[in-house]
Amino acid sequence: MKKNRRDFLKIACSSALTLSASPVLSLASDKKHKEGQKESYSLSKGEKAIEGKRFGLVIDTRKITKEISEKIVNACHKTHNVPNHENHKHEIKWVWEEDYEHAFTDLENDMLSEKLKDTPFLVLCNHCEEPACVRACPTKATFKREDGIVLMDFHRCIGCRFCMAACPYGSRSFNYKDPRVAIEETNKKFPTRMKGVVEKCNLCAERLAVGEEPLCTKVSEGAIVFGDLNDEGSQIRQLLKENFSIRRKVHLGTYPSVYYIV
Amino acid sequence: MSDKVKVIAGLLIVFIILSTPFWFKGKKVDHTPVIAPEAKKAGECVLSKEYMKREHMQILDVWRDTVVREGKRVFTNDKGKSYEMSLSNSCLKCHTNKKEFCDKCHNYASVRPYCWDCHIEEPNEKESK
Repeated sequence: MKKNRRDFLKIACSSALTLSASPVLSLASDKKHKEGQKESYSLSKGEKAIEGKRFGLVIDTRKITKEISEKIVNACHKTHNVPNHENHKHEIKWVWEEDYEHAFTDLENDMLSEKLKDTPFLVLCNHCEEPACVRACPTKATFKREDGIVLMDFHRCIGCRFCMAACPYGSRSFNYKDPRVAIEETNKKFPTRMKGVVEKCNLCAERLAVGEEPLCTKVSEGAIVFGDLNDEGSQIRQLLKENFSIRRKVHLGTYPSVYYIV
Repeated sequence: MSDKVKVIAGLLIVFIILSTPFWFKGKKVDHTPVIAPEAKKAGECVLSKEYMKREHMQILDVWRDTVVREGKRVFTNDKGKSYEMSLSNSCLKCHTNKKEFCDKCHNYASVRPYCWDCHIEEPNEKESK
């Protein structure tokens, strides 16, 4: 049988078409199969979850001693797998001790009372009403939750550190090194972070979800009170009504949600 | 056509070179994930086995976003059963053998999920030792 060029091309093309059609067809049927198998489920908050509009803390510095403040820092850092790097430049902190002079730079006073001079001021993320860090974050890794908590999505942080530049309180730390090497005892219920992300206090969002107060409140022996600042009947509002309180760097317009009774 | 032999021989050599991976392929790699006894005991996953096999990454993505962004942490499946949405605290509770379960298939498929840079790989390490 003599084949000419035209016949050869016809057969070649049609066989190529047939061969390539079957994978395409099977892919299409697979897709149909996939779509038909949509699983149904629902996502919800836990029954015990604490809900609010503007969560905040009141720190009664009159009740805080060196021991209590150390206990709070240790408990928080241990639970949240905050590394303890030897090099001070790599330090990571969620909550730490500061003196009045450095915590309240706008309330400078050269005749400060002896008592205030010695008082340890626990400072942490202020979970601001108008958070500068959220505005600065280019990936929306830092965001403000409906309940007022300024939270970080570590999955999305690209480590640009704009938020650190924006935060007037120095509440954010950057993982210059792998944090895992500097965690003495890992809390296996909580993730660690990785090199190259920023981290900060999360107001114990993981505890609020199961109906527990933030850890600092729990171990503070009554010196720190957590609550919804939007709820007029709450204990935290009562405390603020009865006592004189100050906040850090209010003139910047960030509206911090952490109050200090002095 | 005096070059016929040369052309055919050349083609043959090219064919042999191109097909070497098929000649020298090693023994078959077993990439079937091993189901841990804890998972076997539970009998079912959060969703159907077929779905989890193919789209566990999708559901993990949904979990991640809902937990972090919306603060919702409870997952209720179509059977009405509830689970905490947590990789280390829920998934690995049953699938205690990450190396034999997750890694085996991921390595075979050359998938490198970065979950474990942060999430604890062996939350049950102490108990199993």
